[in-house]
Amino acid sequence: MNHIKSIHSPACQIGLFAILVQGCALLVRNSYYLFVLNIVGINIIVVIGLNLLMGYAGQISLGHAAFYAIGAYLSAILTVTYGFPAWPTLFLALIITAGVAYVIGIPIMRLEGHYLVMATLGFGIILYIVLIQWDDVTGGPSGFAGIEPLHIGSLTFDSDRRFCYLIWPCVLLTLWGSLNLVRSRVGRGLMALRSDELVASCTGVNTEGYKVKVFVLSAVLASLAGSLYAHYIGFVSPGTFSFFYSIQVVTMVIVGGLGSLWGSVLGAALLTVLPEFLGIFQTYNVLMYGLVLMVVLVFFPEGLLPGLWFALQKTHRKHR
Amino acid sequence: MTTPAQLWQFLLSGLTTGSIYALIAIGFSVIHNATGIVNFAQGEFVMLGAMTMITFSRDLGLPMPAAFAASVLAVAAIGIGLERGPLRNARSRVVLILVMITVGASIFIRGVSMIIWGKMPLSLPPFSGDTPISFLSAAVMPQSLWIFGITLCAVIILHYFFKHTMLGKAMRAVAANRRAARLSGISVDRIVFFSFALSSALGGMAGIIITPITTMSYDAGVMLGLKGFSAAVLGGYGSMAGAIIGGLTLGVLETAGAGLLSSHYKDAIAFLVLLFVLFFRPAGFFGMTKVQRL
Repeated sequence: MNHIKSIHSPACQIGLFAILVQGCALLVRNSYYLFVLNIVGINIIVVIGLNLLMGYAGQISLGHAAFYAIGAYLSAILTVTYGFPAWPTLFLALIITAGVAYVIGIPIMRLEGHYLVMATLGFGIILYIVLIQWDDVTGGPSGFAGIEPLHIGSLTFDSDRRFCYLIWPCVLLTLWGSLNLVRSRVGRGLMALRSDELVASCTGVNTEGYKVKVFVLSAVLASLAGSLYAHYIGFVSPGTFSFFYSIQVVTMVIVGGLGSLWGSVLGAALLTVLPEFLGIFQTYNVLMYGLVLMVVLVFFPEGLLPGLWFALQKTHRKHR
Repeated sequence: MTTPAQLWQFLLSGLTTGSIYALIAIGFSVIHNATGIVNFAQGEFVMLGAMTMITFSRDLGLPMPAAFAASVLAVAAIGIGLERGPLRNARSRVVLILVMITVGASIFIRGVSMIIWGKMPLSLPPFSGDTPISFLSAAVMPQSLWIFGITLCAVIILHYFFKHTMLGKAMRAVAANRRAARLSGISVDRIVFFSFALSSALGGMAGIIITPITTMSYDAGVMLGLKGFSAAVLGGYGSMAGAIIGGLTLGVLETAGAGLLSSHYKDAIAFLVLLFVLFFRPAGFFGMTKVQRL
């Protein structure tokens, strides 16, 4: 039985996943596909963070684009305008995002869930307005260009393939950390919190503290993804960080399944890759996301992929 | 420098937009009271009201009053569709899932509207000309008077409805205690159905009367919804008097802020008000202190 157990350990699963991604990256010759693969990686980081919040803490944020934007714009502005070094700026951005999320999270987490939904939605919209209006600093609607790629020593991550070797280790680390987090004492506390807040608090789980911490963690992951994005593309503009991005990542979480981190990986990959390759999505993008979000939540509230999986198992059992 | 005349002008135009926020906030409260959920599609109803009015009056050439009635009915039908369709058939009864379904619905409505009405902002002609009337040294657009009038009528009718009709009393009973209402023979289903019809009709009406002043585009729903929600929270979520006072206060704060501080960040004011209230007094002006603190 020992070997079966080991397959279910996060380290082993992540090893297999890393080999899979590495295989994809090596097989792909077209740099556009590599670009899509990198964007998938960036989205996975955001979606995993959001799933920790939605799936484990049972809270929903409609403003994750804002945290993503804070990371991206801080990295962009501080390195280009003020000449800060890239890596320390990235960590500074993480700390600032954590502070902002903490300040928003503390009062709101004490209230019912939909206050957080509305407050994060509002925060996202306000930040978007600031990005557009404060054009001396942010470049306004036309965006902010000239961000240098990241480098470690003499290795510069300036091509799609090279960036692949930066983003995917980050994705794997995030995934590994999150998988371990949800299996830890904290993770069990979070699961207790999700299934029944009152019971959780009675059994000694600091529910308020956990919710705020997970909110901060998920904001920090979005900020990390944002910084990486800015250094990868070399250009940021408000359009990337609109309300619609927040909806996209929420949809990815819900398609992949609440509380299923591997589901998030699949959900992010699926919803990033499909629109890229189906041209029809251009005009119908907004409509499709709305429809997917609504239909999945109506019929598979636990998530599309887990829902389909259960349905499949059920029919399979019937046949036998 | 700002003169008293200017302040007076801010007050009047603030009350105009404030009336709209009040109507949207009442819509939020009505649905919240019947179902306990926040309807994120409330702002889309406002947008849809304006858009269907444009279709009925400009494209189909219906006279103003007929087009007004037809669009309010159309939006009410869409609101009923949202309740009868996705919300009623949802497999999960968890409040947050239902709330997210309304988010999905609002994005869907937005996407469909973009395809039907395009991306450009559209406008409606004012109901009765656009010569400003001077009123105590401030210029008032006739449309503002229409907005005050219609909002006032709506509020009076709603007040009568909630206090003196059987259905209105039943709705209040459900808001007070669902189970007790059901035990005393009220069909909660019917109340939920009716509350969606009522709140979408109110939203649609708000959209129709504001469009001659502000124009309307397919993506305006989110912002209007957010402001209506802020107004509702400011006044005390779920209370009708609160929704009205909250809406008017927010409208005035916003116009004054735009005039005195910066017009670029006008839309940020509603959100700052929302955060401020949630920080310091989550029950709002009129709310009972029973905001659920989990």
